[in-house]
Amino acid sequence: MSVPEAEIIVKDLHKAFGDRKILRGVSVYAERGSTVAVMGGSGTGKSVLLKHLVGLIEPDAGEIWVQGKRVDQLNRSDLNELRLRIGYLFQGGALFDSMTVEENLDFVLRRHSKLSRRERIEQIHEAIAWVNLPHAAEQYPAEMSGGQKKRIALARAIILRPDILLCDEPTTGLDPASVRTVSDLIMRLRAERGITTIAITHDLLCAEIIADHGIFLSRGRVLAEGTLDELRSSEHPELQAFFG
Amino acid sequence: MTYTLEQVGAIAAFAGTFFGQLFRRPFEGRELIRQMDETGSKSLLLVLITGCSIGIVLSMQSRGTLARFGAEAVLPNMLALSVVKEIGPVITSLVLAGRLGAGIAAELGSMRVTEQIDALEVAALQPFKYLVVTRVLACVVMFPLLTIACDVVALLGGYAESLLSSDLDYRLFVDQAFSSLRLSDVLFSTAKTSVFGFLVSIVGCYSGYYVRGGTREVGQAAMRAVVIGSLLVLVADVLMVRLSLILFGG
Ligand SMILES: Nc1ncnc2c1ncn2[C@@H]1O[C@H](COP(=O)(O)OP(=O)(O)OP(=O)(O)O)[C@@H](O)[C@H]1O
Ligand SMILES: [Mg+2]
Repeated sequence: MSVPEAEIIVKDLHKAFGDRKILRGVSVYAERGSTVAVMGGSGTGKSVLLKHLVGLIEPDAGEIWVQGKRVDQLNRSDLNELRLRIGYLFQGGALFDSMTVEENLDFVLRRHSKLSRRERIEQIHEAIAWVNLPHAAEQYPAEMSGGQKKRIALARAIILRPDILLCDEPTTGLDPASVRTVSDLIMRLRAERGITTIAITHDLLCAEIIADHGIFLSRGRVLAEGTLDELRSSEHPELQAFFG
Repeated sequence: MTYTLEQVGAIAAFAGTFFGQLFRRPFEGRELIRQMDETGSKSLLLVLITGCSIGIVLSMQSRGTLARFGAEAVLPNMLALSVVKEIGPVITSLVLAGRLGAGIAAELGSMRVTEQIDALEVAALQPFKYLVVTRVLACVVMFPLLTIACDVVALLGGYAESLLSSDLDYRLFVDQAFSSLRLSDVLFSTAKTSVFGFLVSIVGCYSGYYVRGGTREVGQAAMRAVVIGSLLVLVADVLMVRLSLILFGG
């Protein structure tokens, strides 16, 4: 038995934009190789929380630790080094629209690996086959559906084989079959590569498939946390409304 | 007023970041070339049409005035002087402030609101270098080249217009046109558009890079880039003409 190691720790995070307090003391803990689902209503600061983990937003107060490093105090080059260990799936996909799918993935690989062009193309095709879009290489993001973009964005997020995957609503806007596909992909990543995942999701089906721990945010605080069953059986009206 | 001062300060800080990043690795050579190509090819036709019409109109309008003083013969000199020293550089830069300033602001703005800039940041791809430094350098290089194109076409247009009213020999036209220009004037007037290019692109990048919100804000950013960019071109022109008078005399 190995002792569980903390891959991600967020301690008492506070963040306000102007005088709008978005996060008011959020703490999150993710063990290496675990999957944590962050749930909660729209506008409660879930995306803001996730962006803190990669240093896109700086906290007003609190600590953010990723792989033993204090993200909010790293200098630029150390932060960039850490970022390479993290794959980030943005809420809207955030594919580079001026580039084809292949170029989107190659852009990241070319800059951060020493692979030859042939090896990179091989990896890219492997990655897009992995998200079930093997023929998308030459397409531009504008030519793809929302669900396809999400899957390509997932492929881009994991192309550097990160240790950590942060997903902002990986399944929103997908049909139930695609929700299953994407959720299964996230599970496979964990099984095959031992990736630690934090996923924001509104989607119960997705949460049920991937999460071994759930966190429910409300008005900038953690309202409840535990296994999905624990959350589901909570008496709190907000949770009951969420889980229907 | 405080808002304006804040804006000026923020743009200056942005320009400061540009210089801070300019000499750091990685140098985005490939992207720089792509941007120069885009900048040139996107605006060449516009600049040529502008130049041609300036040349024709200037020639038409001046002929009458000069004739009244019996000085019709100096038309080529006058045309060359006004186009190369002032009208070419300024009009080209203003047209480009509209075309490129708005384009840059809209492009970066939509990349910002769709989180593409964040995506570059998170992938450690240094968006400021990749997006801003390349675009600004491209404008610094391309503004003078496009200005030269504008000048040449304006003189051709002026010559073509003159042909309609008199059969002026082109060699005479060229000789006369160039006799009044000093090399230092030509070089300075053309090179100063590098400064205009810098201002226009820095303002365009700044407006787009920090957009927050959605499509409406992107549109506003593009509009602001054009307004501020054009104003800066005009103000900088006054300052630089003054400087050139000090350096090279009238
Ligand atoms: N950079 C920013 N500057 C100012 N306000 C911001 C910024 N980012 C987010 N906000 C505000 O913070 C609040 C929380 O945003 P966030 O995107 O985290 O919500 P969310 O929980 O992800 O919601 P959704 O489920 O709709 O994605 C929103 O009201 C948003 O307007
Ligand atoms: Mg969100």
